Amino acid sequence: MTNQAAPRVYRTEALVLKGYDYGEADRILTLLTPHSGKMRAIAKGVRRTKSRMSGHLDLFTRSTLLIARGRQLDIVTQAETVENFRPMRGDLVRVSSAHYVAEILDEFSAENLPNYPLYALAIATLRQLGGDGDLDLTLRSFEMQSLAHTGYRPQLHRCLQCGTEIVPGQNRFSPKLGGILCPDCGMADSAAPPISVPALKLLRHLQTNPDGLRSLTSIPVVAKQEVEQRLQEYVTHRMEGRLRSVRFLEQVRADQS
Amino acid sequence: MSITAKPISRVVDELSRLPGIGPKTAQRLTYFLLRSPSEQSEALAEAILELKRNVVLCTECFNITDRSPCEVCSNPERDASRICVVEEPLDVVALERTGQYKGMYHVLHGAISPIEGIGPEELKIRELLYRVQQGEVEEIILATNPNLEGDATAMYLTRLLQVPGLTVTRLARGLPVGGDLEYADEVTLSNALAGRSQI
Ligand SMILES: [Zn+2]
Ligand SMILES: [Zn+2]
Repeated sequence: MTNQAAPRVYRTEALVLKGYDYGEADRILTLLTPHSGKMRAIAKGVRRTKSRMSGHLDLFTRSTLLIARGRQLDIVTQAETVENFRPMRGDLVRVSSAHYVAEILDEFSAENLPNYPLYALAIATLRQLGGDGDLDLTLRSFEMQSLAHTGYRPQLHRCLQCGTEIVPGQNRFSPKLGGILCPDCGMADSAAPPISVPALKLLRHLQTNPDGLRSLTSIPVVAKQEVEQRLQEYVTHRMEGRLRSVRFLEQVRADQS
Repeated sequence: MSITAKPISRVVDELSRLPGIGPKTAQRLTYFLLRSPSEQSEALAEAILELKRNVVLCTECFNITDRSPCEVCSNPERDASRICVVEEPLDVVALERTGQYKGMYHVLHGAISPIEGIGPEELKIRELLYRVQQGEVEEIILATNPNLEGDATAMYLTRLLQVPGLTVTRLARGLPVGGDLEYADEVTLSNALAGRSQI
């Protein structure tokens, strides 16, 4: 049974999340696939101008790949672009947002662990980053859904500690525990910051009906900022590290306004 | 237990980290050195040490050089009103090969890649702005690689370089997306230089 060799060559669709130069003209890529989770592969000679693959393996490109199994790393032998999210590429804030999205995808996915919803979310988000919708809303919605698709959906309706239904009041959002603590249970995570009523409402909206929110412009700036902070704290806590791409994203956003 | 003596496996390991050298080649090179006279290994070891000791970054353009300012920066024949901005020293080599470009260079030592934690602070961008502020520069040619990171770096620099009297151009036309500048042939690069467009 185990003797049956896996095929030496296979085809898969993939989104290029990361890549670094290796050896003379190669690149080692981190790919997100629809049916086998994250994987790493080497693309040989791809930095040469004459390579027929290079344009199809640029960062944040969705391509169909032909891959040969290698001893240590699988080898990309053919690549054909399906979608390159061109509208996202022409603008620095959008490109930086894509970096942020890719970093979370990289952290939240695992090798050989298929997660089709996460892949579909990735594609939809990169498309939205090139669209004329609200960029902040796109990112918040992505954070919320990527958490949900990886088993970390925050609990926003019942207290994490005692289970009572959350009503407007002195509630807290605990990134450590992943949701809301009622006024009586604040001591379960004394570092958890309080959450305002408009911010909680926005979080719930993002969780249940992100498409219903056409834009965040009608929402008070403070609530938006609060939600952004809480979600980023939660994401960072989950990753056990800090998001490297946040700093640049904040910088280019500040430059623009 | 390994049957390979430790000094041998150490050299093999070090050599196989070099680009284009796999474990097999590394092994062959190591055994070649082992068989050859010791003067040969000593000359090689010394040359490598010298490389690190006597090579510096040019204080003007940040290219790798054995004297600063480098040959290009100290050459009065070169046109100091133009600066071509590249990611890596090898890109300078590629552009010099065309024989078409007579201006100056500025080597960033990378491209902006937030996901890898490389922001503007990690690159020689402040140093480029300083050169521009000296007032002699009329054109900045952005020759970062034609890929997402290179384009993002060019966009970022274009924003920073909104200076009256300064033209910012991008060298991109004819360069295939995804490839590295250093591998472009002379004809392609010459065309890209000639056909550079203002941003
Ligand atoms: Zn409670
Ligand atoms: Zn120099």
